[in-house]
Amino acid sequence: MSFDLLFDPLFRVPFFTGLLLAGLLPLLGMYLRLRNEWLAALAFAQMASAGALLAMVFDWPMVAGGVLAALLAALLKGLAARAGANAYALMMLLAWAGGVLLVANHPLAEQAGHALFDGQLYFTGEGHLAAAALVCIVVLPLLAWLSRPLLLGRFFPAFYRARGRDERPRLMLFDLLAGLAVALATVSLGVMAAFALVFVPPLIAYRFGSSWRAGLVWSALIGMAGYTCAFVASLGFDQPFGPVCALLMVMLFVISSVKYNRM
Amino acid sequence: MADDFLLRVSGLVAGYAAPVAGPLSFALHRGEILGLAGPNGAGKSTLLKALWGGVKVFEGQIEKVPDLQISHQAQGFDDLRGVPLTGRELLGLTGASADGLPSWLAERLDRRLDRLSGGQLQFLRLWACLTAPADLILLDEPTNNLDRAGVAYLIDWLGHAHSGQGIVIVSHDHGLIDEVCTRVVEVGA
Repeated sequence: MSFDLLFDPLFRVPFFTGLLLAGLLPLLGMYLRLRNEWLAALAFAQMASAGALLAMVFDWPMVAGGVLAALLAALLKGLAARAGANAYALMMLLAWAGGVLLVANHPLAEQAGHALFDGQLYFTGEGHLAAAALVCIVVLPLLAWLSRPLLLGRFFPAFYRARGRDERPRLMLFDLLAGLAVALATVSLGVMAAFALVFVPPLIAYRFGSSWRAGLVWSALIGMAGYTCAFVASLGFDQPFGPVCALLMVMLFVISSVKYNRM
Repeated sequence: MADDFLLRVSGLVAGYAAPVAGPLSFALHRGEILGLAGPNGAGKSTLLKALWGGVKVFEGQIEKVPDLQISHQAQGFDDLRGVPLTGRELLGLTGASADGLPSWLAERLDRRLDRLSGGQLQFLRLWACLTAPADLILLDEPTNNLDRAGVAYLIDWLGHAHSGQGIVIVSHDHGLIDEVCTRVVEVGA
């Protein structure tokens, strides 16, 4: 066990890339949970991993492949809105099958596949960091703008239609933003770490948030704190980041549940 | 009065896959509270939804003044348990005002919705529609799930002049209809 690597400049870029995404993903997760669409995050992540692997096989940038595949998934989700969770499950099956077949049949894809599925954050470079910063700059103000329509869609579904306005373009924009962020997180953190950061912090924040605004703050803080602990633990114990992050997130939920039940 | 109608409905037949309600005809002017009465199953709620485009119109016409802003309070309520939203945040969504809320609710506005009683929550949801910026307010069984204090406050609020708005109410509560409506239209079974 050695924590010396924590202070190695080599790991600063991966750390800050993940930290930005760990603050952003839970915010998107709050709204996905609000819409009972949190499973969509896993579908986006699976599609992004398959897209990244496919891109690698064709010698294209993996980030671009992942993002394009996740955006396609977001578009499909919007078009097949009535299918709901069925559409996410079908996308997951399709992406998983495609990804595993690529890994099994292409030597280059095998190594990248392990990185995506295990979540080897330490391979992320400055390109990932720049992309994560750009995504935060784009997504955060748009998410603030979309917050009211998304909340209205849950609490007063007829609000816009009764006023002769169509809310679907805004909902579609949210899907695209979620797809974009999850795709970048998938190629940077791995499939399940990205999903854990979308799913678990909002799960806890929904319990403890005294208001929606407080819930958003809680979720981002939980995401960043959990991610930091996972980064330190995986580096210190020389373990793959993805499963350590997922385990820590589950532990955070269990600990918070004990506290919640005592309140 | 004939010139300042908000809404003019003639021979409206509405439904989903097939027609289930109507025909219905009426005109609504600013300051009026119109009650839609009729037996269960007559399709009152369906006709109310048709006024804003929530269901399919099979026959008839709905004329609205240009840029008519409609606020619709629907029956039923999603399960809100677990969502960390306060009453004040809920009102902010529709642009409703907290001014004029009964004191038993005003003092609880900063609590999460899932910390309110069913009656308080229903009244708050109703209030978010009643006081949202709108020319026409559509209320579908507004007294459902309200406690006695909520019903009394609603009747009192509706009894005050709302000269700039028109209100259409569907309710099985004859007491409410008789007390607040300036006109009642019967919907046939």
